[in-house]
Amino acid sequence: MYLFKYILKRLGLMLITFFTIMVVCFVLIKLLPLPNVKVFGQDSNIIQMRREALGYGKPILEQFFIFLKSVIVRGDWGVGENMYFGSDVSEIFVQKLPATILVNIYSMLFSVPIGLALGIYAALKKNKWQDHFVSTGVMIFVSVPSYVYAFLIQYIFCFKLKWFPFLMQPCETLSDYLSWATFVSLIPAILSLSFGTIAGFTRYTRAELTEVLTSDFMLLARTKGLTKGQATVRHALRNAMVPIFPMIIGQFVGILSGSLIIESIFGIPGVGGLYVQSITAKDYNFFMLLSAFYIFIGLAAGIVVDISYGIIDPRIRMGAR
Amino acid sequence: MINEKQFEKYNHIPQEKFTLVSNREIHDLKLDTKPVGYFKDAFRRFCKNKGSVVAAFIIIFLLLFAVVGPFVSKYDVAFNDLNLSYYLPKSKTFSFLGWDGYSKKVVSKTDYIILKAIEMETGENVIKKVYDSYDTESQQGPYIYHNTYYTVYLNSYTKSLMKYVQLTGEQYAALQKYQDDNELQIIYPIVSYAFDEGSLYKNDANVWYQIIDIPANPDPTKPIKPADRLNKGMPVGFTNTDSAEAALTGLQNAYIPYSGNDGYTSIMRVEENGEKQYDYARKVSGGNYLVRLNYNLYHDFLYGHGEPSFLFGSDKFGKDLFVCLSSGARFSLFFAICIAAINLFIGAIYGAIEGYYGGVADMAMERFSDILGNVPFMVVVTLFKLHIADKVGTVVTLLFAFVLTGWIGMASTTRMQFYRYKNQEYVLAARTLGASDRRIMFKHIFPNALGTLITSSVLVIPGVIFSESSLSYLGIINLSTGSTTSVGTLMATARGSLSTYPHAILFPAIFIALLMITFNLFGNGLRDAFNPSLRGSED
Repeated sequence: MYLFKYILKRLGLMLITFFTIMVVCFVLIKLLPLPNVKVFGQDSNIIQMRREALGYGKPILEQFFIFLKSVIVRGDWGVGENMYFGSDVSEIFVQKLPATILVNIYSMLFSVPIGLALGIYAALKKNKWQDHFVSTGVMIFVSVPSYVYAFLIQYIFCFKLKWFPFLMQPCETLSDYLSWATFVSLIPAILSLSFGTIAGFTRYTRAELTEVLTSDFMLLARTKGLTKGQATVRHALRNAMVPIFPMIIGQFVGILSGSLIIESIFGIPGVGGLYVQSITAKDYNFFMLLSAFYIFIGLAAGIVVDISYGIIDPRIRMGAR
Repeated sequence: MINEKQFEKYNHIPQEKFTLVSNREIHDLKLDTKPVGYFKDAFRRFCKNKGSVVAAFIIIFLLLFAVVGPFVSKYDVAFNDLNLSYYLPKSKTFSFLGWDGYSKKVVSKTDYIILKAIEMETGENVIKKVYDSYDTESQQGPYIYHNTYYTVYLNSYTKSLMKYVQLTGEQYAALQKYQDDNELQIIYPIVSYAFDEGSLYKNDANVWYQIIDIPANPDPTKPIKPADRLNKGMPVGFTNTDSAEAALTGLQNAYIPYSGNDGYTSIMRVEENGEKQYDYARKVSGGNYLVRLNYNLYHDFLYGHGEPSFLFGSDKFGKDLFVCLSSGARFSLFFAICIAAINLFIGAIYGAIEGYYGGVADMAMERFSDILGNVPFMVVVTLFKLHIADKVGTVVTLLFAFVLTGWIGMASTTRMQFYRYKNQEYVLAARTLGASDRRIMFKHIFPNALGTLITSSVLVIPGVIFSESSLSYLGIINLSTGSTTSVGTLMATARGSLSTYPHAILFPAIFIALLMITFNLFGNGLRDAFNPSLRGSED
């Protein structure tokens, strides 16, 4: 019950935050002069009509209510004006989503097991050379920006060794996205995204596990006759997972936002590229939708992490006084 | 109640009435060591962390590179020359490491002949070594194409050495004088129109010769490729019958014979036996002269700092990457330090007020920073860019964007420290003694947060540089004007040529990577050093 109340409260707060940011964004965008439409004749009239329907020229507050109404009632975020001319913004957005989700899910599938395994290994070998080796690697991989790996991988694997294509294979349908060839063409991007994530997981797992391994109940477990392996798997790992698991869940939500730079380097037709394009082309309808998306993802990731703490760890009572 | 008069007699006790209770000497040893303050202790513990110390030295080195770099290079940031694009890194000191401006390349026979011919004409070193060669054969329609490829060690500084340049009369005369004074040959004879008419190589100043014999038809049963006939006299390599050396011996120069009416009187370039003389320039419209010259020497004549030599190579626009990188680094570091300082300032004050007063003020301020902190950075940057970039310029825009959300972390750190310390006894004591709120906040509580804040400020620096380089790389902001550049801009410029000229992206990438690693190491070291609870745990 506490948890339920807590979730409701957090959701309410999140909605308020989201709404506030959106209002500010909307007002700031509307304060800008309208961009000239780069088409002529009939098409230009269409845009003009669309703009009138959305209340351009009216007071900003009124425009906001029209905007809100059309978004909530019809899910209509407007049409592209300077890019994807005339097509529905949300439609294009949905088209771009699979690529981003796909590459990030692959990357998570790849990095979670490796990160956890390395972290556990380093924790078990604490202060031996294996631990130092892993920790040094983690330090390097956490720090170096992902685009540096991207260059290295692209140069070595795609250009020199020619193992993978330079860019992602273009996809039309969902089965295209899930095909083997697409996967192969995505490997460089997945690798570049994964190094940093793996290092992050490793560092976190190692820190948590070393802490648990030194606690008293581990000694108890050994005293009652468990082998080191049994004690580690049954007691230490389970306890260490309590903080690690929410982090993984948070990452899973966070990855939807993808990596702008990796998408642009490997030509992945995802939302990140769309976002950058909307900024450079000054298409405000796209910009509003994508900003809303990114704001929402950020907020949602935070909430999911907090709530999953409460669900996973019986010691934490969310919202209890 | 004590009557004050009772005490009056004790007010003036003469000194001789006092005697020592005991004559024993005090045996406490006087402390020989100096007291160790917080920062000194932190410094001592920092020095024990070898990784961080190394990182600190590398940071100092990088800072030096950023500060001194622009002064030691002979080029400046604004320098660019499209004729010098994509020269490879070259260092006199480290040339034995392969840092010599050469690279291993596979060239077709045509290119091989052109390169060899540059060597023949100018005496410069173009191909240092030929590793191997192989023949290929491909069929298109009725024609069989034969080609030979050579793997060579190629000098990027001379691979297209000769350039056509238009000079005014005065420039032309000055160049001739310079040439005669320094006993150099910069200008080479112009190539005959008749020769280069309609050919593929018409605008390539490196092709100056004809091949006397047309390549033999490799397969008499099939017609010779029409392009071969068109390229008559060109160093075409469609035959595998003759070796490259044979082709080279067949080179015959296609200079314009000396007509004697150009007004040029240099005596330097004549045929060895003195029989032939050639034209050095061709008059073009506007009274200018079209000159064919050795561009490296001409470069020296133009800028007066020797032949081109780029320590980190040059980029697409012929800019020196060394000076670009160091001044970009200088800009990035300076910018990041400014932002860290501003964030520290705002965050410390905001967090102090939040933490000290608590209650409603805290809640309201916390909500505000919470909402602000949830705006994605890209949205902030874009909105700022759209609104004020035209008025105040990109750098200030970016500064605002970083500051708008950057201080929130600092504020929450400060707030936490204030919550921890504000109810401690010494603060109570200070308040009892009548210290003002401001004094308690900044004199008594704030120093406790200093260590953590310094650590977070240091860690802000790589974060800012990373975000800035990502944004420039994505093309959302453009910091590059004529005389400034940033590391991200350099990478964005170089990304198109990643596969052909990786050096242009290598050095900025190494720099960023090194910077991030060392700053993180350094920051972690600082964090441990400033954390008193870790004292003694390392030993």
